[in-house]
Amino acid sequence: MAELLIHIIVPIAIFGFIALFTLFAVYAERKIAGFVQDRLGPMETGKYGLLQTIADILKLLQKEFITPAAADRILFALAPIVIFAAVFVGFAVMPWGPDLLPANTNTGLFFIMAVVSIDAIGILMAGWGSNNKYSLLGSIRAIAQMVSYEIPVGLSLIAAVMITQTLNLNEIAFQQGVLAQEDIFFFGFWNVTEIGGILAWNIFQAPHLIVVYVIFFIATLAECNRAPFDIPEAESELIGGFHTEYGGIRFAFVFLAEYAMMFLVTMLGAVIFLGGWNTPLPNMGALKLADWTTGPFWGIFWTLSKSLFIVGVQMWIRWTLPRFRADQLMDLCWKIMIPVAFICMAISGLWRILVMV
Amino acid sequence: MILKTTIQGVTTAVKGLLLTVRHLFAARQQRQVLDIRRDDYFEQGQGVTTVQFPKEKMPIPEVARYQLDVEIDDCIVCDLCAKACPVDCIEIEAVKSPEAIGKTSDGSVKRLYAAKFNIDMAKCMYCGLCTVVCPTECITMTDQYDRSTTKLTDLIYGFAEMSEEDIAQRKEEWTRFQAEKEAAKKK
Repeated sequence: MAELLIHIIVPIAIFGFIALFTLFAVYAERKIAGFVQDRLGPMETGKYGLLQTIADILKLLQKEFITPAAADRILFALAPIVIFAAVFVGFAVMPWGPDLLPANTNTGLFFIMAVVSIDAIGILMAGWGSNNKYSLLGSIRAIAQMVSYEIPVGLSLIAAVMITQTLNLNEIAFQQGVLAQEDIFFFGFWNVTEIGGILAWNIFQAPHLIVVYVIFFIATLAECNRAPFDIPEAESELIGGFHTEYGGIRFAFVFLAEYAMMFLVTMLGAVIFLGGWNTPLPNMGALKLADWTTGPFWGIFWTLSKSLFIVGVQMWIRWTLPRFRADQLMDLCWKIMIPVAFICMAISGLWRILVMV
Repeated sequence: MILKTTIQGVTTAVKGLLLTVRHLFAARQQRQVLDIRRDDYFEQGQGVTTVQFPKEKMPIPEVARYQLDVEIDDCIVCDLCAKACPVDCIEIEAVKSPEAIGKTSDGSVKRLYAAKFNIDMAKCMYCGLCTVVCPTECITMTDQYDRSTTKLTDLIYGFAEMSEEDIAQRKEEWTRFQAEKEAAKKK
């Protein structure tokens, strides 16, 4: 019984977190957009506009369900659920702290790659079900983009997994700090198992993993359809892309999925490359900073701060770079990122055989 | 070729990112409202430009084309402004007076009562032609520009100060005077 209760409470807690994160992130996004463009952003609702997103969500919740007359009713109604569920399920295997994760599975990373791909089906359902040419165009672009960018994401993850030798996200996070069972080598020559901190992160275990992380970051940016890879939504050409016909709470769910996806991929990047819940502070002689700042609560704190920082970078990029053209998008993926990711994967194999032994 | 465009893309992206992050942190300060005649007017390239309008206002020039105001005591009801108005937003109704009513502040003699002097600010195009033609300079442009109302008719400003009885009385006076003149002519 108690176990069942935990199985119910944990998803609700994660859902609550995602909803809160979305409210906060939309506000942050609008503020960052404002500041980058020398504006102030929302200022009227509440102090400094803090209640703006709450007002927005209240408005969305009150709206009527409108299904276009020519739409495929079942697909149209199901699509937001599929889109959100695909992302939401991904959080099941994400570690928040040492042994603090909803499901400790050996195929965690594999699971995430599998469920996140379902997102593409949801977007296709939304675009096809709306029976609107803009929606359909948006979802066609989205599918082409997501299927293409799945490859560099997968390759970069394989390159990292070759070094970590496990798909279990909990173990991957454990291997990058003072709690590691095996020895950690900074760039393959300096044993930093006792020192921990930023030096023990995966990104510094082999020099090419920095490149791999950059590829992963760019590819996941495209995976969650964010600018500069937002051609599926492309407000200026496609109105809103695949979610043109959605309104009210259904639109809210599509939006929630977008921000949940942002957080999921940044958190995945943080777990695999940036040490997950491990502290960035190293042990220095008598100053046992790494030991002091490791634990369940510190774990949640570090996971959150790393992920939110990367989300901030994503927003910064969104308000700087213009949207890619469809062919440029494919060029970047197939001609640059995939070959580089393959080379990095090969280096990973050699690194494993020659350096780590 | 592809390598070159990639490197170029990365460097320009980095340049752009550095530019935006500078603006992001510069948003801590507000840009000053400067006079355009100052030499350093174009020098400030950083900081928030937003003026939060109803709470703070930008200084406006003393002589500018905003809402109209009529000093009705100085008006000689010559109807020139209504004739000059390109959009016909000024509506004047005059009642003649048997003798001079008084003098305006610049010494012109008033011979007409202004029974009605309405300006429809919703129609007004703020060209300022009425202020130019006014012989006594009683119609002027003020520094008021923020007048939003829920009813369109609220934007019709009435400047006449006469009451209904007043108008009736003046009209009667004039007709009586007219009749007396007719009678005098017949004799």
